[in-house]
Amino acid sequence: MNNVDKIDIYFSGGTCGFASGAESVFLALKDEIKKNNLEQKVNILMTGCQGFCALEPLVTFYPQKILYAHLVPEDVKEIVQETLLKGKTVERLLYTDFLTKQKVISVDDVSYYKKQVRNLLKNNSFIDPLKIDDYIVSGGYKALKKALKMTPEEIIDIIKKSGLRGRGGAGFPTGKKWESAKKAEGEPKYIICNADEGDPGAFMDMSLLEGNPHSVLEGMIISAYAVGSNQGYIYVRNEYPLAIKHFSIALEQARKNSFLGKNILGTDFSFDIKIIRGGGAFVCGESSALRASIEGKIGEPSVKYIHATDKGLYDKPTVLNNVKTWANIPLIINNGAKWFSSIGTENSKGTMIFSLVGKINNTGLIEVPMGIKLREIIYDIGGGIPGNKKFKAVQTGGPSGGCLPERCLDLPVDYESLTKAGSMMGSGGMIVMDEDNCMVQVAKYFLTFTQDESCGKCTPCREGTKIMLDILTDISCGKGKEGDIELLEEMSNLIEDTSLCALGGSAPNPVLTTIRYFRDEYESHIKEKKCPARECKALIRYKILEDVCNGCHLCFKNCPQKAITGEPKKVHDIIQDKCTKCGICFDVCKFDAVSVV
Amino acid sequence: MVKFSIDNKQIEVESGTYLLQAAKKLGIDIPTLCHHPALEPYGACRICLVEITKESWKGWSKLVVSCAYPVENDLIVYTNSEKVIKARKFILELLIARCPESDTIKKLAEKYEVAPASFSLNYEPTDCILCGLCVRVCGELIKQNVISFTHRGSNRKVMTPFNKESDVCITCGACAFVCPTGVIKLEDILGKRKIEPWHTELPLYKCKKCGKGFVSTKQLQLLKDKCVSIGDIIELCPECRRKKATEAPICRPVGATEGKGV
Repeated sequence: MNNVDKIDIYFSGGTCGFASGAESVFLALKDEIKKNNLEQKVNILMTGCQGFCALEPLVTFYPQKILYAHLVPEDVKEIVQETLLKGKTVERLLYTDFLTKQKVISVDDVSYYKKQVRNLLKNNSFIDPLKIDDYIVSGGYKALKKALKMTPEEIIDIIKKSGLRGRGGAGFPTGKKWESAKKAEGEPKYIICNADEGDPGAFMDMSLLEGNPHSVLEGMIISAYAVGSNQGYIYVRNEYPLAIKHFSIALEQARKNSFLGKNILGTDFSFDIKIIRGGGAFVCGESSALRASIEGKIGEPSVKYIHATDKGLYDKPTVLNNVKTWANIPLIINNGAKWFSSIGTENSKGTMIFSLVGKINNTGLIEVPMGIKLREIIYDIGGGIPGNKKFKAVQTGGPSGGCLPERCLDLPVDYESLTKAGSMMGSGGMIVMDEDNCMVQVAKYFLTFTQDESCGKCTPCREGTKIMLDILTDISCGKGKEGDIELLEEMSNLIEDTSLCALGGSAPNPVLTTIRYFRDEYESHIKEKKCPARECKALIRYKILEDVCNGCHLCFKNCPQKAITGEPKKVHDIIQDKCTKCGICFDVCKFDAVSVV
Repeated sequence: MVKFSIDNKQIEVESGTYLLQAAKKLGIDIPTLCHHPALEPYGACRICLVEITKESWKGWSKLVVSCAYPVENDLIVYTNSEKVIKARKFILELLIARCPESDTIKKLAEKYEVAPASFSLNYEPTDCILCGLCVRVCGELIKQNVISFTHRGSNRKVMTPFNKESDVCITCGACAFVCPTGVIKLEDILGKRKIEPWHTELPLYKCKKCGKGFVSTKQLQLLKDKCVSIGDIIELCPECRRKKATEAPICRPVGATEGKGV
């Protein structure tokens, strides 16, 4: 590396990075660079989440594109000595690729990134989210300048032609939404960014706001110009302190640079944005509840048979879009509608960001072209299921989505296909489950979430989901009755038809899809009182296999309930009445002598 | 004007009218619980669901709450279709599980042939169906905002702030008046007007003529502050007021002479 003039070191510094200790490694490396008088030669900065959360804390070196994973502060001396001073790679810090099983030096050779199309997330790896200059150098605010020279109609036309659809889940055509708001009577008009991301296991919007806040901001400003709005809001949950901090700084910097505020870039157009911090109610991600919350009312949905584009916030025409939708706008303005619509399928254009989590080797933030197969996401990008377990289901669309089984893995990821299969695109959460996951428990988990987050305003969601949850609980405890499955199906359909808002209207989806694809598992619980995945504690029993147990006494020592009897070197036994089914004996036994029946 | 049909009957009403009002004009009965003509549509109880479709929807239809759906040209509305009855029965099954003792719900359940206890909810039975009429009348009309919803989901309740005695309640009783199940009661005990669920008790003002307590002093003061002077008539109980009105009318048509009031 001696022959390189300047080295750029990028630390992945999203919430995931910080949680894994990236900050201490970052400071240690900075310190070490200073000690070695390398400050002139090395530029070190903290970017947003670079996407490969499973490798955090991770760092990349440019122009060599070296990637080091799982760093600890003790590694920095070696990094400086070997990599920065001698230009050698530190073998032990390199990442072993899951596909090739080889140590990978360059980021470009990491299989995880190969099938991705990182249009929105690209800059997350290279820019300092706290510096507007970084964003500008990477081409930021070029789209705004271009847009201000166009007529609002031209902008809306480009967005319409691009085929961009709302990334919050419902997939409403963005250009059409803007057009309706533009044509609607009433002043002032409002622009809102929905950053109330609340699905379990979802962190896409958070990562974008943390890593590239200006891209979202630029999208909003362009829309405001096109629609004719002077006031915007971003509704972001208070549980995202880093996102709020980065976006606040971005707002300040944009104002200083005349991208925001009065007479933007010397034109007649003025627009500003306020940050509204949500209190954490999941239902506030629903558009009418979100608006009520901004207005200072209780965050509850209201009956809306008039579109928000006509009567939204304060009963004025309002455009509400998701974080990812906004971030797409500058790219479309810069590269054109044709470029955007060349990615994806016939009706779902562009890329989609997913947070890939659960029983998957490579957890992280991925961006893929619409139409990619679920199988490619799970195996080629996600690296399959850990521990050689069998894949069972993938849950898309969060608590409103559904669980899709193995036979759906060749479905293309687009709005229509996922809906047809009983799930939905949702806002981008993707949870992978393996053979150890009981589908009754999965349905119960999601329904517990929606039931808990139901605002309680309308009867079907408030009482209906509660009754459904009680039935599911009974099934998981071995108290399920003949006819419960049919009752659950009927109730699901009725709740979907009669609920006030989309939370209630989609809450039964996980139940419906798990019944649709895993009916036999429900039946085993009800008829045979057995949990095939052995997850429902009431339906399982731990047993020590007499012919395998060698009396190593380890289970005896570890059982917190003192439910195991037996002398060392003699066969042990479990007293079932005392056993709480915590599974510690199963985990500690080195001879597979503990079995679950 | 907007032209459409409800249960195969053609109707023409002013734009902005809700389906429920239009149906009433045709004499079609749609049950309601959380609706009150003096308040904004709320659409929470879901009992007034109707099925709507249009010729252009190619056979697709959906359920909407009639209390909040504004009329549209060419809309085809069914208030008694199989889909509607099924949904209405479901809502009643849920409500009767919540309020097994409520006469209002029991009567409705009987009318729609819903067997009691189809479902069981494992929490304390109550008569409150959370329709929110009390909360809305207090906020929208009386503008005192004494009560609000607290908690969420199945834990939702109507309460005063922190469930403590209210310092803004005037015990006007509008909440009790609109409550469809009669959970909220207004009681006059020992010279005081009491609304138990809001922990509020206020001294009664005595009629200037007969001496009967008829309004809380707080409510009287508020009326005096808010209303244009209407003389001391406000200090009389409704009965004495009526008597006085027949003797010497409070107001009379312009041009009418004294003694011939209305």
